[in-house]
Amino acid sequence: MSLSLYAEVLIQGVLTGLVYGLMALGLSVIFGVVRVVNFAHGEFAVLAMYCAFVLFGLAGVDPIAASLPLAAVFFAVGYLMQRAIVQPFVTRPQHEQFILLVGVSLVITNGLLLAFGPESKHVDLSYSFDSYTLGGVLIDKTRVYGATAALVATAAVFAFFRYTMTGTAIRAAADNLTGAAVVGLDVKRLYAISFGLGLACVGAAGAIMMALTDMTPLLAPSLTLLAFTIVIVGGLGSMTGALAGGLLIGATEALASVIVSPAIKSMVSFGLLVLVLALRPQGLFGKAEA
Amino acid sequence: MLSVEDLDLFYGDAQALSGVSLQADEGAIVAIVGANGAGKTSLIRAIAGMIRPKRGRIVFRGRDIAGLDSHIVCNLGIGQVAEGRQVFPTLSVRENLLTGGMLPRARARRAQNMERMLALFPRLRERLAQAAGTLSGGEQQMLAIARCLMGEPELVMFDEPSLGLSPAMTHAVLDTIVDLNKQGLACLLVEQNVAASLEIASRAYVLENGAIVMSGAGADLLKDDRVRAAYLGM
Repeated sequence: MSLSLYAEVLIQGVLTGLVYGLMALGLSVIFGVVRVVNFAHGEFAVLAMYCAFVLFGLAGVDPIAASLPLAAVFFAVGYLMQRAIVQPFVTRPQHEQFILLVGVSLVITNGLLLAFGPESKHVDLSYSFDSYTLGGVLIDKTRVYGATAALVATAAVFAFFRYTMTGTAIRAAADNLTGAAVVGLDVKRLYAISFGLGLACVGAAGAIMMALTDMTPLLAPSLTLLAFTIVIVGGLGSMTGALAGGLLIGATEALASVIVSPAIKSMVSFGLLVLVLALRPQGLFGKAEA
Repeated sequence: MLSVEDLDLFYGDAQALSGVSLQADEGAIVAIVGANGAGKTSLIRAIAGMIRPKRGRIVFRGRDIAGLDSHIVCNLGIGQVAEGRQVFPTLSVRENLLTGGMLPRARARRAQNMERMLALFPRLRERLAQAAGTLSGGEQQMLAIARCLMGEPELVMFDEPSLGLSPAMTHAVLDTIVDLNKQGLACLLVEQNVAASLEIASRAYVLENGAIVMSGAGADLLKDDRVRAAYLGM
């Protein structure tokens, strides 16, 4: 195989990885702040994909453009969901949180199956088969657009945490919960915003993924697993880790599927997961537990 | 200004406070003295809205605040400098101070208050961009006090402000509390350094096994034989 093929695959993988990274960032934000693992993460991604699919079918909205309004809607859903059903579970044992979110995931998946059936769906964009040529390397236009949108969204989330008062308050609550109560931060509100942001990430990422792949409701568990793999490789609760993990998993999966076979790509990312857990259990960017 | 009336507090089945009543007047320093586990921190956290008492009233400026969320209590003007300082270790000193100034009551004057705090604690100005977790214990205590004052409290509850500090730093922290009090700040002080806290307190309470067993003027308790034997080792 020629070198340009590898370059092509690597670039496609990195571009896909940026979208994966955005999805995983959502999981990482929720866990890092609220300390609840969103076991329905992949289901929310698929829900966003269906929303994008419907918007495209009804009004011809480009799924990548739909990522912005869907992020807003998913933020609201996450905010309300945290307030109404997750907050009472925050102080409960982890297995109870697990059951709650597995329940949410079942509702979403079966709701989608009822509404749309199990057949896989895709959207045909006018530029689906267009590509850019860069020094003999072909790059899909959809992937470039999708990755750019994901990168902008990721940068926006980072900027929010770094530069806004609410973002600073959320980092404070994640840093020291007692301290947050002591200075009078409204922790429940900050948790709701964080859960909302987490779902906004997955909402935007799901919409973008609709432009890149086919989808069925049954895809959700593998997306949840993908997000977990990325976040654990990058470091649970680390935002930089989610981004780096997404790029790494995206690139290695893409390379593995051309070098060996597409069937092996999940195996390679799980292999990477095992390797990280064995050598650096806190993840690439995670902090070791004291 | 603040009166606690007949407060009962439980952790599960274990009773941490029983029938605690106390009074803090405007502009006063009120000391709470007691052994480890006597319930001092529980009392402070109950007033702060961090733990819900089972029974009793906590009246601040005529309003019963028992059971209100901590962010609401803080915004009424009751600040807290908590045990163990509770700074945000990965946030910079500047960001730590900003979080204290996010209370709606003080938000508009955040910039002025920040300037005021940096004038009061020049050491913090030198460390503004540094992560709070890298500060020394004394610096962290200053940060905790400054962060609390960013919220413009009218009553501050200090929980073991000198714990783990050098004698010189302990002195500096207690002097700061006295200075703040002279400017009109009411203080509720829990302090392991019993002699020093009774000296500066206008009123003091002795807490044993979750109940108030003695109260009086700080100077009187300082002369009391039981207090001297139990807490001053004399």
